[in-house]
Amino acid sequence: MSTAHFISYRFAQAVFALFCIVTITFFLNRFAPGNPFLDEKAIPEHLVDNMKAYYGLDKPLFTQYLVNLKNLLVGDLGASFGNKGYTVNEVIAQSWPVSARIGLCGLGLALLLGVPIGVFAAAHRNSRIDYGLMSLALLGICLPTFVIAPILGNIFGLRLKWFDVAGWEGSSAWVLASATLGIYYAAYIARLTRGSMLDQLNQDYIRTAQAKGVSPNKILFKHAFRGGISPVVAYLGPALASLIGGTFVVEFVFNLPGLGQHFVRAVTNRDYTLIQGTVIVFATLILVFNLLSDLAQVWLDPRRKLKT
Amino acid sequence: MVPHRLLALTISALAVFSTACERTDRATRAARDKILLLGNGAEPKALDPHIVSSVGDANILRALFEGLVTYHPSDDSAHEPGVAKRWEANDNFTEWTFFLRDDARWSNGDSVTAHDFVYAYSRILHPEMGSPYASMLYFLKNGEAYSTGAVTDFSQVGVKAPDDHTLVCTLEDPSPYFPDVVKHTTWYPVHQATIEKFGSMTDQFTLWQRPGNHVGNGAFRLVDWRINTFVKVERNPHYWDAANVKPNGIVFFPIENNFTEERAFRGGLIHYTYVLAPSLIDWYRENRTEVLRSETYAGSYFFRCNVTREPMNNLFFRKALAAAIDRETIVRYVTMGGQQPAHGFTPPSDAGYQPPDVIRFDPAKARQYLAQAGYADGSDVPAFDLIVNTSEQHKAIAEAVQDMWKTHLGITRVSISNQEWKVFQQTILDLNYEVARAGWIGDYVDPTTFLHMWRTGDTNNQTGWSSPDYDRLLKKAAQLSDTQARYAMLYQAESILLEELPVIPLYWYTRVYAISPHIVNWNPLLLDNHPYKHIDIRLPGDNPDRPPYN
Amino acid sequence: MPSTPTASTPAPPAPDRVEKGTSLGRDAWHRLRKNKLAMCSLWFLLAMVLTCYLLPFLPLIADPNKTYPDLKSLGPFTTGESVKGPSVFYSLGSDYLGRDIFSRILHGGRVSLTVGFLATSVSLTIGVLYGAIAGFVGGRTDAAMMRVVDILYALPFLIIVIILTTYFGNQLWLLFVCIGAVEWLTMARIVRGQVLSLKKQEFIEAAQSLGLGNAAIIFRHLIPNTVGTIIVYTTLTVPAVMRLEAILSFLGLGVQPPHASWGSLIKEGADRMISDPSLLVFPSLFFAATLFSLNFLGDGLRDALDPKTSKD
Repeated sequence: MSTAHFISYRFAQAVFALFCIVTITFFLNRFAPGNPFLDEKAIPEHLVDNMKAYYGLDKPLFTQYLVNLKNLLVGDLGASFGNKGYTVNEVIAQSWPVSARIGLCGLGLALLLGVPIGVFAAAHRNSRIDYGLMSLALLGICLPTFVIAPILGNIFGLRLKWFDVAGWEGSSAWVLASATLGIYYAAYIARLTRGSMLDQLNQDYIRTAQAKGVSPNKILFKHAFRGGISPVVAYLGPALASLIGGTFVVEFVFNLPGLGQHFVRAVTNRDYTLIQGTVIVFATLILVFNLLSDLAQVWLDPRRKLKT
Repeated sequence: MVPHRLLALTISALAVFSTACERTDRATRAARDKILLLGNGAEPKALDPHIVSSVGDANILRALFEGLVTYHPSDDSAHEPGVAKRWEANDNFTEWTFFLRDDARWSNGDSVTAHDFVYAYSRILHPEMGSPYASMLYFLKNGEAYSTGAVTDFSQVGVKAPDDHTLVCTLEDPSPYFPDVVKHTTWYPVHQATIEKFGSMTDQFTLWQRPGNHVGNGAFRLVDWRINTFVKVERNPHYWDAANVKPNGIVFFPIENNFTEERAFRGGLIHYTYVLAPSLIDWYRENRTEVLRSETYAGSYFFRCNVTREPMNNLFFRKALAAAIDRETIVRYVTMGGQQPAHGFTPPSDAGYQPPDVIRFDPAKARQYLAQAGYADGSDVPAFDLIVNTSEQHKAIAEAVQDMWKTHLGITRVSISNQEWKVFQQTILDLNYEVARAGWIGDYVDPTTFLHMWRTGDTNNQTGWSSPDYDRLLKKAAQLSDTQARYAMLYQAESILLEELPVIPLYWYTRVYAISPHIVNWNPLLLDNHPYKHIDIRLPGDNPDRPPYN
Repeated sequence: MPSTPTASTPAPPAPDRVEKGTSLGRDAWHRLRKNKLAMCSLWFLLAMVLTCYLLPFLPLIADPNKTYPDLKSLGPFTTGESVKGPSVFYSLGSDYLGRDIFSRILHGGRVSLTVGFLATSVSLTIGVLYGAIAGFVGGRTDAAMMRVVDILYALPFLIIVIILTTYFGNQLWLLFVCIGAVEWLTMARIVRGQVLSLKKQEFIEAAQSLGLGNAAIIFRHLIPNTVGTIIVYTTLTVPAVMRLEAILSFLGLGVQPPHASWGSLIKEGADRMISDPSLLVFPSLFFAATLFSLNFLGDGLRDALDPKTSKD
């Protein structure tokens, strides 16, 4: 099957998957307890009814669903319940560049650190270097982002004053946010790379190459690496999607106006339209990056053929 | 040797880099330009006074709009003239006439007239507007009836504009404290032409609140609004008192994470933190006491009891629970912000109302109540839940109280349950709980803002409690125009509330925050509504006589 | 790179392994015992689990929920005199309500270890089976199965948890369902990728030509050959699960205050990083020590289970 054919087939699947996600999310929203108008100071019931009528929430559920679907088809995500005066399209347009920048830089750092550490540790298996590097990686895994982020803020923001500790416009706090994500994901990637590199180094074809006297470096980078990186690539699909789709903790700690903050706040506000909007963005990222990750895995491993 | 030299080189390079970065911080630069940088909690829901309901949103609106009467920068009971230059009431305080100043202007240059106020009140009370805070306007005659649709003709509502500069408000009940009420954001005027340019009067979703479209009548006008980033306002040249407005602008930063906000403050990014987390108070007390403020705030922290459910339907059991809480310990070691242990429900105000002094920590009496409730010791009390919405502070208080009930009453089967915010609201609204944490902040300086909610069937009652005597006393108090007599009546009503305990008071709030020492005239206020035009910024070495511009 | 790499090694290892299936375990144990680091880790983990589970029978461990607010934030190895009467000794200091940190960590460990191991096994089982089947069967089944994974990734997990807790209340099985439901997805993707690449290799084709059933191929050949990656990813799942548990407890699912888990203790500590660093440091140390030993044990197991290792 040609790559083009494969991609178009996967595209059709993705559209269907997106439809399922939208449908399930719509009904999940409506079954969640509470509604967008519930607040600490209770609002009289007749006013809640009027607001529901204004937003069309008084109609039968299925009618609401159809209206919603019709609007989605023309790309209209609706008005936000929580940010009055903004449409969901505008909210997402304002916030995705933030998440994309933090996520891509974070991931870049993670790959730059994680993959070489993993390969190097695998090549020096069970040596002091291996244990040292892996302990470092483990440290990154043990420290959750909500611990690393404030520590980075305290050291590089307050003590050394290299970066700002919060904010987006005219602020450098996003660097610390990316660094937090980079450290965390680098640790994962390093462990994963080492593990699968070892799997590859034990494969028969590597032994054959060794027996034939191919240089260790060539074996490592030319032969083992292609197969060894495959699980990392499989892991990267969803990881990249969740990095770009918004990472609540770092956005919250560095006060960055990204998608992650919007999603979590939309859930606590029961902002139905904004929940749906952020879920659609995230779903699209998942479908796209998982496709790219599948393609990359095939490219790395010529034995595998593109299968629908 | 080479690696060492490399290391030394790197370190010195980093040192150079870091000194190069030692520049004046944002807060100092802004202070030089006389711009206030304020942390403001959550992202504002809207910039339309008829849509918002939270305290943080009101903080921004106070810069963009001005009511008939405004807040005094230091005295809670004083009334500063706003759009109205003077006002008078009839003998029994049911009819108020406001005389508007001629030079009040909207930020686009139009005159602010009495008709703008009438329009605003017809909008907020309109049933289709669904304004969450419309009940503040129920002071007006037929205000509630119009809002519920019982009266459809707005001319029957008690607000009239006989001419451009006179506004007459006719009230349901005598309210000598009415000037306090009209300071609230819900009583601000709105600009009819602007609202209707971008949609119908009752549209919730219109673009009129956007930068460039927004028209207000406050000391400041909207420059920019980026979601989750900031709201920027600058001085409004059309404002009638523009010459006396001290700051050139204000930037409100929505920073929901208390720890981030505090780091932003320490890192010189903002002048003022909206809150200071309790776990940081001790550190500030020891290290930065010059920026720490802790001020009395008109708010009450309490537990709601669902009196329709076992075991909370038992009055003696509620009394036992209330008497077994050591409030002194909670404010001293858990909340730490100088809060006052509550001996009543309504927070006392220095000049005015004093609540009954009846709630007390008394373990012996608590055990006696428990026995009267029919329980030999705590272990036979049926299992019940104490629900809190997710927050470290609520959790810590609940844990402390749970242990007090265990120690003093022997109650073992009380569990704490965290609930997500909306689930928590729904659970309480459905009366699907036993004990729930709650807090209430006053809207204006009068005990009724704390006592009205406990009337039978009030939307904010949510305890299932109902007392005809209480309702009757509140109604009677509303008819009184003499303040002392009215307070006495309210005192009686509150005594009933505290005798029957549908709520267990814990403490009275304080506002704890950090503020830059350069900010001048930011005084303690019971309602925390600071009029920004009086706030000044002075850097050391500043000439106070310097003109506000340049 | 040769696409048919094993031309010169004629004997595929697989059938050979089937025959000595029983001795494989014993061999592995032998190899594991030689690995000092892995053995230390194993003993440490056992000690940790035993301490946490036998806690109620241990003397000298304070009640983890007893508060002495006037003795809050004391340092390690201090004795405080409470106005309530007793004098209290704190081995690792006291927290913000004057509770014993050491005791809270041990009690929290019980929750975290249970959740960590059980939820990880759930996600491990589902993830490996699902991924192996999808990869091995391939075609439309694979496509359908993987799109289901994509959909599950994208659904708003927070809302699902909120709904489930509202309807079913705070129940233990629900906690495992919720954690299991998210954590198996990446495992399935990784295993599927590995299986897709393995199944084109000679030893699998050989096994097929020998007439081995699909189940046998999956369990005896495909899964054992990805065991290294699986072990590594499993050890990475444990901390993720423990952290997720803390998040869920904020939504009202799982351990509720005043009870603690390592996740919730670390979260509390992170909030009090400046004022009281020991609240962050001590729980993190226990968490980290457990994870380190788990990972070293995992690496040791991986080496031990791999018969080719001994030739190195």
